[in-house]
Amino acid sequence: MAEHTRKREAVSIAARGWSWRHAGRKRPAVQDIDLVVQPGERVLLLGASGSGKSTLLHGLAGVLGDDGQGEEHGSLTLDGSPPGRVRGRAGLVLQDPDTQIVLARVGDEVAFGAENQSVPRAEIWERVRQALDDVGLDVPLDRSTTALSGGQKQRLALAAVLAMQPGLLLLDEPTANLDPEGVLEVRDAVVRVLDRTGATFVVVEHRVAVWADVVDRVVVLAADGGVLADGPPETVLTDSGTRARLAEAGVWIPGHQPAVPGLLPSPGNPLLAARGLSVARTKRGPVVLDEVDVDLQAGSSLGIVGPNGGGKSTLALTLAGLLPPRGGALAAAPALARGAGTSPHGWKSAQLVTRIGTVFQEPEHQFLTHRVIDELEFGPRRLENSDEVTVRRRVDSIAERLRLTSLLQANPFTLSGGEKRRLSVATMLATNPDILVLDEPTFGQDANTWAELVALMAELIQGGGSLVAVTHDQEFTEALGSRLLRVADSQAVPEVAP
Amino acid sequence: MSVDVLTPQLTGRILPRANPLSKLFAAVLVTVVVMLSIDWVSAAVVLGSELLLLPLLGISAWQLLKRTWPLVLAAVVAGYGTALLAEKTGAVLLEFGPVLFTQDSVNSGIAIGLRGLAIALPGIFLLTTTDPTDLADALAQKLKMPHRFVLGALAGLRLVGLLVDEWRTLGLARHARGVGFEGNPVARLRNFLGQGFGLIVQAIRRASRLAVAMEARGFGAGDRTWARESTFTRLDLWVCLVGVLIAGTAVTAAVLAGTWNFLLDAS
Amino acid sequence: MASSQARTRNTPTYRPNYQWRVVDIVVASVVAVAVGVVFFAWSAGYTGISAITSAFPPLAGLYTGGWLIAGVLGGLIIRKPGAAIYCEVLAAAVSALLGTQFGLTTLLSGAIQGVGAELIFLLFLYRKWNLGVALLAGLGAGLALAISENILYNALWAFEWQLMYVVFASISGVVIAGLVSWLAVRGLAKTGVLSAFAAGRTADV
Repeated sequence: MAEHTRKREAVSIAARGWSWRHAGRKRPAVQDIDLVVQPGERVLLLGASGSGKSTLLHGLAGVLGDDGQGEEHGSLTLDGSPPGRVRGRAGLVLQDPDTQIVLARVGDEVAFGAENQSVPRAEIWERVRQALDDVGLDVPLDRSTTALSGGQKQRLALAAVLAMQPGLLLLDEPTANLDPEGVLEVRDAVVRVLDRTGATFVVVEHRVAVWADVVDRVVVLAADGGVLADGPPETVLTDSGTRARLAEAGVWIPGHQPAVPGLLPSPGNPLLAARGLSVARTKRGPVVLDEVDVDLQAGSSLGIVGPNGGGKSTLALTLAGLLPPRGGALAAAPALARGAGTSPHGWKSAQLVTRIGTVFQEPEHQFLTHRVIDELEFGPRRLENSDEVTVRRRVDSIAERLRLTSLLQANPFTLSGGEKRRLSVATMLATNPDILVLDEPTFGQDANTWAELVALMAELIQGGGSLVAVTHDQEFTEALGSRLLRVADSQAVPEVAP
Repeated sequence: MSVDVLTPQLTGRILPRANPLSKLFAAVLVTVVVMLSIDWVSAAVVLGSELLLLPLLGISAWQLLKRTWPLVLAAVVAGYGTALLAEKTGAVLLEFGPVLFTQDSVNSGIAIGLRGLAIALPGIFLLTTTDPTDLADALAQKLKMPHRFVLGALAGLRLVGLLVDEWRTLGLARHARGVGFEGNPVARLRNFLGQGFGLIVQAIRRASRLAVAMEARGFGAGDRTWARESTFTRLDLWVCLVGVLIAGTAVTAAVLAGTWNFLLDAS
Repeated sequence: MASSQARTRNTPTYRPNYQWRVVDIVVASVVAVAVGVVFFAWSAGYTGISAITSAFPPLAGLYTGGWLIAGVLGGLIIRKPGAAIYCEVLAAAVSALLGTQFGLTTLLSGAIQGVGAELIFLLFLYRKWNLGVALLAGLGAGLALAISENILYNALWAFEWQLMYVVFASISGVVIAGLVSWLAVRGLAKTGVLSAFAAGRTADV
């Protein structure tokens, strides 16, 4: 029946010598792709950052834009037609849950695509119910889309695409922004949908392990154009040559962890102590976490873990002196306060940056200037007793250490994701704080940036620094020998290492 | 507070069921009538009718005051400003250095203050009883406004809450870098502008991604159908009638009282 | 082959200047919303300011430029007919939704101020987008604001006060809406976020 028809409608993909160059860029984003995908195939698309995976996916969805936005060579077709002409045959799910939802309510959101295809009203609601059922999202149709969790939002995005009954499902890093539970939620929903509809499937993702068992084909794009490897997962992912190249490109492959130095922390002086601390995001907003006891010492690290939405970030920002504690006590020890008073939230900016640095999840939130070098110099220059020579020396050594030296004149916003992350850490280290607080430092990073970060943080801890990281990344906290504080159900409980 | 402007808690029982266009019509009509004349009679009639209709909103006077106190304050300030700057005719009421209030200037001030409140309230009626998605449906389906713009605006409005949160996060992130919260007014202004710039950058990034997501779902390609139909009922007739009635009474009362003072004739 | 391929993937490009693409509509909308949010932060200070300026109300004109940024900024980024009006009205709607003190008339004010900036862009046939045009657009918006406010709200002020309000609002429009918007667009172009727009590719005009 309907299921049968949909299976028949699975889309075939053909790329012949296909390249795309974004307007204003010198190099093509993707080059010389030759690829044929049969109807119903399930493909995992891999490659280094900058190899054009996302561009290819957007090309398949027909959303790369017009002549003004780029230049195309070769051909790319779905069932023999250019994707832009058969929009709706391919359904695209993107990375960021918050910026692919269009409307305010769940039902309307799922209906949106079908409305655009001029599907009759009665049929739209049938499709909406079917799609929500397919992705296992059991919420009222008038539920606010803002009120959903990350995993639910991504399943909603999937349902919204399914309501268009596409023959090709395209997923662009659909789980990169989710907590581990969310990742599984989305993966399982996709598998269910594919089994039911038989649609052709192409997914781009850094973390191979999530999808390796779901797909029947892995395609690796080369950084300098063309296809590097293509075949069943068990062949491609076990070939030592391909593995080496994937690892070099920063792709997370199963059974391979980037090399990092081991670390046995040796806690030193106490720096900051919270007793019965309760935290809230805003002055009048609700208390998200209560009765928190935690100590930070020099030469050690603390991982704040737990599901999203539990108040991990709020706690970290409070410890960082950026949010006022709602209740309880948060006191800096003399070794940290150094005459600035015991309450971090009461410190002046110039006092704060030499004591506690905070690296936010989105690096761009912390960029203040238009050149990388100005970013690095910004902190040191505002300190009391800063002279030109010290500032220069400090900035040079940090730029060197974080491999930013060749980028000093660039605009911070134009850097790659990994470079932005390194810069945001560098700007904090520039004022040499005793405590460094990081919010999801490894989210969405490739394996190379990850290894670099871990090495740098280990070095910092060994040098007597204290680290607080809000993270889901177990490998990260293990590599740093972090104590763990688990935040869930408005409680924070220390976790004993397994 | 996370602001979710597109799914507000609608108040009252009756008005949320009316079509947004009829409410918009009534609100605009009343507003226009008050604006056309600066006189205390028309303003007072409208304000009085609005206050009589307040129970329709189903919220207590205290809640209403909590939501609208800036309106009240603004009306007082506007009234005071006018009393200060209007032509000084009539008996002198107060003279203190350069500050001079006369009978006529104070009357003008009162008229401006009442008018300010009367203008503001229809907006409150509309806001508290209307779902923005319904309004968009009505604008596109009934008023035939171009649907790409209506829906684009609606999609943008969904991001209000997100951007408010982002504004707050930006403030904290910049504070962590050592800016904000302190310094002279010039430094504060610079910081405000920098933070604004940061917000616009994020807004454009989000918008570009949203545009891709919408286009991938066939948005903007041509005609479309509507999953939810915008309809008129008998209730809408009543809403429009009440609007016309208030507007008509206000004009008639002011003309009869001889206070009607058409705006563009004022000077 | 290549170019015919590219041409079929989207709306026809032979009238690129005046047709709104989806990305134009969405970015215009979200920029307007963002400016609306900034307005909101700005107007949180406004009640305080009007208390200060109530000693001499025309001074409030100096503060009004902040309300005018959306139109000029939207026009400069999108470069399409109607962008200034659309952005200014939408930004006004946002500030109304977030609950500032002005009610429905905010939308009317937004439209009037948007028209003020739009007229300047129209005057240059949507072809010139340099600093001069930006400042003029700010002036246009400032004048539109001041004249409409004088008619609608300040009608009972003595003429010289009204005139002074016009002067202050114009200065504010030129400096805050015109100059700041122009600087913002230049900064935005350098960050690369405007790569889908002509404004992002010809930043230094």
